[in-house]
Amino acid sequence: MKETTNEGMPTASAALRRKSRWFMAGALVIAAAAFLVITLGGISKNLVYYWTPTDLHAAGDKAYGATIRLGGMVAPHSVQGRNGASGLEFDVKDATGIVHVKSSGVPPQMFRENIGVVVEGTMTRAGYFQCNRLMVSHNNEYRAPKAGHAIDKKELQKLMRSTEGLKD
Amino acid sequence: MSATASNNRFPALPWILLGLGIVCLAIGSYVGLFVAPPEALMGQVQRIMYVHVPTAWNALLAMTFAFVSALVFLFSSDWKWDARMEAAIEVGVVLAFLLCCQGSIWAKPTWGVWWDWDPRLTTTAVLLFAFLGILALRKFVEDPARRAIWSAVATIIAYADVPIVYYSVRWWNSLHQLQSSPATVSRQFWLPLRMNAFGILFLMTAFIMLRARVGSLRLKHELAPPPNAAEVTA
Repeated sequence: MKETTNEGMPTASAALRRKSRWFMAGALVIAAAAFLVITLGGISKNLVYYWTPTDLHAAGDKAYGATIRLGGMVAPHSVQGRNGASGLEFDVKDATGIVHVKSSGVPPQMFRENIGVVVEGTMTRAGYFQCNRLMVSHNNEYRAPKAGHAIDKKELQKLMRSTEGLKD
Repeated sequence: MSATASNNRFPALPWILLGLGIVCLAIGSYVGLFVAPPEALMGQVQRIMYVHVPTAWNALLAMTFAFVSALVFLFSSDWKWDARMEAAIEVGVVLAFLLCCQGSIWAKPTWGVWWDWDPRLTTTAVLLFAFLGILALRKFVEDPARRAIWSAVATIIAYADVPIVYYSVRWWNSLHQLQSSPATVSRQFWLPLRMNAFGILFLMTAFIMLRARVGSLRLKHELAPPPNAAEVTA
């Protein structure tokens, strides 16, 4: 598609051209202002998706009763009741804090020790976090399995079961 | 004369790009589904990355082209760029919608939920609906000049969300993982990822070119001076 000509379209008038250049300048200013307000303004501080265990401890009394999200790593050797129906318990930790979590639902297939989790619920006076919604977060690492680990049928079936069984 | 003749002939480049895109996507998807090993932790679910990540890159690229087209249109008042902007937004919206669907399919078995209002997902939803709104705006404005100027202004403002989507995972803590890099992805996964990225890039470019052509023809028709009586009877 050679476009040396304007494809037979009429060209805009000089007045429209002048006007639209002002619109361009105005739009750029608004876009830049919106971008700066969002990035540099207070939104970054007020918009918190989850608290880390350290944040939760720092919040003190504010953490009790309010619906909050807590994010961190599942501490190694802390998972209990993984297969039982009675409920799941584990510790969520970050570099400086640790919180004990009790959850009633079935965890996603990816749930394991040393993986990132975001749990939604509330901090109880009894000192543990009651979780109503458990989400597992995956980091940005994608690794091929060690040599000799072929695509096996068992794993595929396990995956299919896990996706079928996760009904909301 | 030759210009009009070449305008009426079907352009070759978009069709070549369409063909290339399909070939790349076929090879990339074959390697991604049958040759590359499953991911060590996630298993088979990880394979959706081979379409999800290229879709994300290309959706943001389409929005960026729409932004550039909006600037060029407002600066030059050249109608071609209005048609190109419209085309890029349409293709970008389709890609952004597919992006959310693919992400949900991956999220359910991995995160355990279809959707959550984390910063990455929220800003992406804002992007999708902002550009969808611009397409709706265009439908409601009859006057081509107003439609072009208003939607170009809206596009420039909505584009402010694109860098926010990109950096959302760095600026805020989120459920969505950080951007991957060759250092965080095993070598066996690179080929299908890159192949599909080029495949979707070629398809996207071809669709934008063809859609811009449709838009140009419509505009030409809209902008043509009304025929006078002599021409009608002739």
